Amino acid sequence: MNTELSEVTGSEANPAPKPQDTPLLEIRGLKIEGFADEKWNPIIKGVDLTLHKGEVLGLIGESGAGKSTLGLAAMGFARAGVRFAGGSVTFDGMDLLKMPERKRRKLWGTRMTYVAQSAAASFNPAHRLIEQTVAAAVREGLKSESEAIADAKDLYAQLQLPDPEHIGSRYPHQVSGGQLQRVMTAMAMSPRPDLIVFDEPTTALDVTTQVEVLMSMRKIVEEFDTAAIYITHDLAVVAQMADRIKVLRYGEEVEEAETREMLAHPKQDYTKSLWSVRSLRKEADPSEDVVLRAEGIDAAYGNKVQVLHDVSIDLPRGRTVAIVGESGSGKSTMAKVITGLLPPVRGEISFEGETLPPKLKDRSKEQLRRIQMIYQMADTAMNPRQTVGEIIGRPLTFYHGLKGKALEKRVVELLEQIELDEGFYDRLPGELSGGQKQRICIARALAADPDVILCDEVTSALDQIVQEGILKLLMRLQKEKGIAYLFITHDIATVEAIADEIVVMYQGRVVEQGLKDRILSPPHPDYTELLLSSVPEMDPDWLTHLMEERGPHPS
Amino acid sequence: MTDQTEGYSAAAEVGQFRTRRTWRQRAWIELKKAPPTAIFGLIVIAGYIFVALFAPLLAPYGEAEVFPQSYAPWSAEHPLGTDQIGRDILTRLIYGARNTIGLAFLTTLLAFFIGVSLGLIAAINRSWLDQVISRGVDVLMAIPSLIFALMLLSIFGSSALSLILIIAVLDSTRVFRLTRSVAVGVAVMDYVEAATLRGEGLGWVMRREILPNIMPPLVAEFGLRFCFVFLTIAALSFLGVGIQPPTADWGTMVRETANLIQFARFDLKAGLTPLLPAAAIALLTVAVNFVVDWFLHKTSGLRDEH
Repeated sequence: MNTELSEVTGSEANPAPKPQDTPLLEIRGLKIEGFADEKWNPIIKGVDLTLHKGEVLGLIGESGAGKSTLGLAAMGFARAGVRFAGGSVTFDGMDLLKMPERKRRKLWGTRMTYVAQSAAASFNPAHRLIEQTVAAAVREGLKSESEAIADAKDLYAQLQLPDPEHIGSRYPHQVSGGQLQRVMTAMAMSPRPDLIVFDEPTTALDVTTQVEVLMSMRKIVEEFDTAAIYITHDLAVVAQMADRIKVLRYGEEVEEAETREMLAHPKQDYTKSLWSVRSLRKEADPSEDVVLRAEGIDAAYGNKVQVLHDVSIDLPRGRTVAIVGESGSGKSTMAKVITGLLPPVRGEISFEGETLPPKLKDRSKEQLRRIQMIYQMADTAMNPRQTVGEIIGRPLTFYHGLKGKALEKRVVELLEQIELDEGFYDRLPGELSGGQKQRICIARALAADPDVILCDEVTSALDQIVQEGILKLLMRLQKEKGIAYLFITHDIATVEAIADEIVVMYQGRVVEQGLKDRILSPPHPDYTELLLSSVPEMDPDWLTHLMEERGPHPS
Repeated sequence: MTDQTEGYSAAAEVGQFRTRRTWRQRAWIELKKAPPTAIFGLIVIAGYIFVALFAPLLAPYGEAEVFPQSYAPWSAEHPLGTDQIGRDILTRLIYGARNTIGLAFLTTLLAFFIGVSLGLIAAINRSWLDQVISRGVDVLMAIPSLIFALMLLSIFGSSALSLILIIAVLDSTRVFRLTRSVAVGVAVMDYVEAATLRGEGLGWVMRREILPNIMPPLVAEFGLRFCFVFLTIAALSFLGVGIQPPTADWGTMVRETANLIQFARFDLKAGLTPLLPAAAIALLTVAVNFVVDWFLHKTSGLRDEH
């Protein structure tokens, strides 16, 4: 296994596509429409795409750009409520759009496969992993079942899954998200397809897991010389995976170029703006004026599982403390303890020098008002049946007793503070974009006029360009109003942008805490080192170097 | 509007492309697309409601007005004949709509009030209280409801009030189960947590945060439950413990004129008479079901093929 790995890591990161006469996949002038609001609206407005055998094409763009639709269209598939309106998709000489669905179905799962964003939602929970991995290959008679199973185990090993002989006999809920994503890659690889479409396969994973999955995927795509379309909104990730990058916006191609060329010399303004997003950075500013203090917190769910072990965090007034760590490190549990949703087993929270009652229902309205919370998923954090005006207005009425005209005026003021306007007053959450939703959530928190806002992964679900807007907004509001943020995240780029102090957590314990500059500069404790080195950089050779450095996989 | 770097503006970010409409416009669009069965159902229901509301104006005679001839055949004077003590059948059919539908509607409302409130409390609370209510409901549901209702009615006497209360309590168990199961999914959403963190009371969380989001299944259930209540009342009346004379009611009417079926071989029309109130019950049940089906299809998120 080790020899195999070194072979691959030693190979060139982004081999130039092999010159070939006929491309594997050719899309010409493709138009796709989606049905909404009683009419057909264009989603893809005439895109061309060419993919040769063994080549990896990165598709990037913000959400709503049509990336996933195009990815599925490359397989000749249109989701319910979506139709092809023009153009052609030629796969290995066959026009997929003119072919009856029965024939296309033969190709799906065998010659073309798909790796979805949410592996957890894509596996059938009632079947074992190995059965699902080999199903397509066995059904189409490509291999006998025993061959396919042996091959699947081999793939599991190559994808660095622990215990490849037996992991297949588990059910989907018995493995972690990162492992499931790799099993899904094995499933896509099992029939040895000519084309794999990866649709944001690592977006839902945290950085340390993402790196492992990326390494496995790249290795296996290179090894079998499979052509792939890699869809993502994360530039740094696509830089590691793709030979060429195509940038999409509003269903149209912005530009396409070789990865290195694209990273070094983006031509279009839009592409440049995508590239510049990661440059946001705030100077750390120490302060001793502590507004919120957590001391020696032990917390547990039920009576058994202890999640937090002796966690102490100080939050200075008007500053940002970032809690970093992978999922399961207890970051969100800490937020629950502070808000009073989960009373700690031991330890106490003090606010402005006064001890806060551990339980939510014992806290006064004033105490509740001064600590607000913003959630990761703005979609589920707003009641879909309430208008923006009602959502922002409620805390104003509840805490400040505003009514009628005064209420309306204040809501409009808040909307302007978050860079939206009056026109949003009567909209429902379903009629907003992701970034706008998160802004409304920020306005709702602001409406209470708080001293502290807990931000639980508030930018993780957003595209980078939108993320930047939200982070800038949060920083401006902090400057204007002196609000302190406790910023929970797994994204180091975000931390660099916004934090003054950093707390690194691992398995419910604080690994390290202190000012940003000190934490981000060496020497690091082992875990911080792993975390920091896992953040993808905008360098196409980054993953290659990392694979060499880390050597055989620590599984 | 302070940072407008690279021409980026939050307000201009594309949301989902959809135009805003008032609920009237949306309702009209839905109605135009409704299948014929649903239109039929809506028209029938509207007809019943009209008859129920304007019964005194529509009926040719008084509700309990007795004429000398009992079991009179169909004639110009009595379009559908008279019953065993000489009351006009058509009149009683019209008044029956008012009594049966009105009573069923009140009962269903009450059943929903009880079932939805308890269901929401159980879904939010999820502690011993949930257990107590849920197990209590299990016990009630274990007893066949018609027999249980018969028993209770014979204990408490069959007044309209006890009829409403008993059927409402028995039917609220089904409503409770449905409400609890759909509300549990909503109660764990972040926006409910956000409201709790704001310090909102139970009432607000129930009414404003959860209830609006579980309305579609509840509305559909309301239609079906209304049918069941209505059939239960008719069945109880047929058995003699439901709505009491002289109040007109379809269930009672079937029982009282049942004998006429035997006369079908002499006078076909007379034989049809007991079937009329039964047909009125059947037609309304079918109509409500058509509408509920359509509504469920709309809210289930299934897309029509284009």
